[in-house]
Amino acid sequence: MKPAPFDYHAPRQLKEATELLAKLPNAKILAGGQSLVPMMNFRYVIADHLVDLGGLQELRGITVADDRLRIGAMTRQRDLEFSADIAKHCPLMTEALRHIGHRQTRNRGTIGGSLAHADPAAELPAICAAHDATIHVASVRGVREIRFRDFATGFMTTALQPDEVVAAVELPIWPAGHGHGFHEFARRHGDFALAGSAALLDVGPDNIVRKAALTLFGVAASPLRVDAAEARLTGQPLDANAIRTAAASAWLIEPISDIHASGEYRRHLAQVLSLRALNDAARRAGMQA
Amino acid sequence: MGRQATRVTVNGKAYARVVDARLTLADFLRHELNFTGTHLGCEHGVCGACTVLVDGHSARSCLMFAVQTNDCEVTTVEGLAPDGKLSVLQQAFMDNHGLQCGFCTPGMLITLTELLRDNPEPNEQDVREALTGNLCRCTGYAGIVRAALDAAQRLRGAAES
Repeated sequence: MKPAPFDYHAPRQLKEATELLAKLPNAKILAGGQSLVPMMNFRYVIADHLVDLGGLQELRGITVADDRLRIGAMTRQRDLEFSADIAKHCPLMTEALRHIGHRQTRNRGTIGGSLAHADPAAELPAICAAHDATIHVASVRGVREIRFRDFATGFMTTALQPDEVVAAVELPIWPAGHGHGFHEFARRHGDFALAGSAALLDVGPDNIVRKAALTLFGVAASPLRVDAAEARLTGQPLDANAIRTAAASAWLIEPISDIHASGEYRRHLAQVLSLRALNDAARRAGMQA
Repeated sequence: MGRQATRVTVNGKAYARVVDARLTLADFLRHELNFTGTHLGCEHGVCGACTVLVDGHSARSCLMFAVQTNDCEVTTVEGLAPDGKLSVLQQAFMDNHGLQCGFCTPGMLITLTELLRDNPEPNEQDVREALTGNLCRCTGYAGIVRAALDAAQRLRGAAES
């Protein structure tokens, strides 16, 4: 047995889970386990208690209401991948999901777990950044809502308190007919991305960009919105030159260097992938060439 | 510390055990239930050798605790050939040199069993993408891909006749 010993708790209700988290010392939450269990097998993580959210049906499911998509934290990546609601209202997420790990890990991995784990190269946090998602966080003190940009506070670090649990994610839906693009570069399919880019464009019938979002991931401690690119695009006519200029503003970032890639290479990737993502988004938004 | 009762159905048969909470599903299958067909390579979710079906969905058994499968149905490679008769996919592996040392084969078979169930007409790209979560160091994957496509064809033929 590789992990250190722990006590296992399988609450059936969210209330029960938050009460356990409030009273148990050194407890970890088990969602899909596709990041936590490897860390436990390596003993990077040693917990005295494991609170398994697998039995909480109330944290599962996808609902659409008032131009917002609400996703329960324990909704599995596989269910998101094959959801008609996600494909219709958040096609960017559908495209991103195919890049997450492998079929076997997506069958178990959850959106709440991915957000709480906050790996800088992870796809779902990047989609939440792109969509200005709100994270609903539960504890014995009630539910509080945290904007994604305040939720992701640093490298694998979130605004979650030790006794708090991600309950749901809410994403504002972009207007029908918006364009999306998602590109990442990994050495093998399913590996952690060295860099990635997600683009959203809403374009009016006059070919003027009404709204733009460009998000980079894998290049910094948490997903990064490229404000300069969005400012350059918004309110302007959409054409190849505007896209090139916007993608080039990814040059302004100062990416991290590690054993997998140098910061310089990541910056190069950020521009190339942003260009591809924006081109896809423009085409799907019906850019008039 | 951390003992827990668990009931699980494996390859159609129900088992009840009291186990350490930290016992992975892989170790539970191998050491407690003697389903040693499930192989353990990396034990951190990279190699895919330990892949089993949990309620019909492929999962890495090294990344689950046995207690998480309480009230679940698990299928291991032994469950693919219940009476000792090879499944269509297993026979196709044999015929197409889909294995050499055989270490990765149980995981490959489970992953592809799920693929062929959900997508009866996969193309080579579908097969290769499904296999990204399973490492093989012998075959270069060529025989495995051929076996999967051959099995898909045989299964379609059987369904038509």
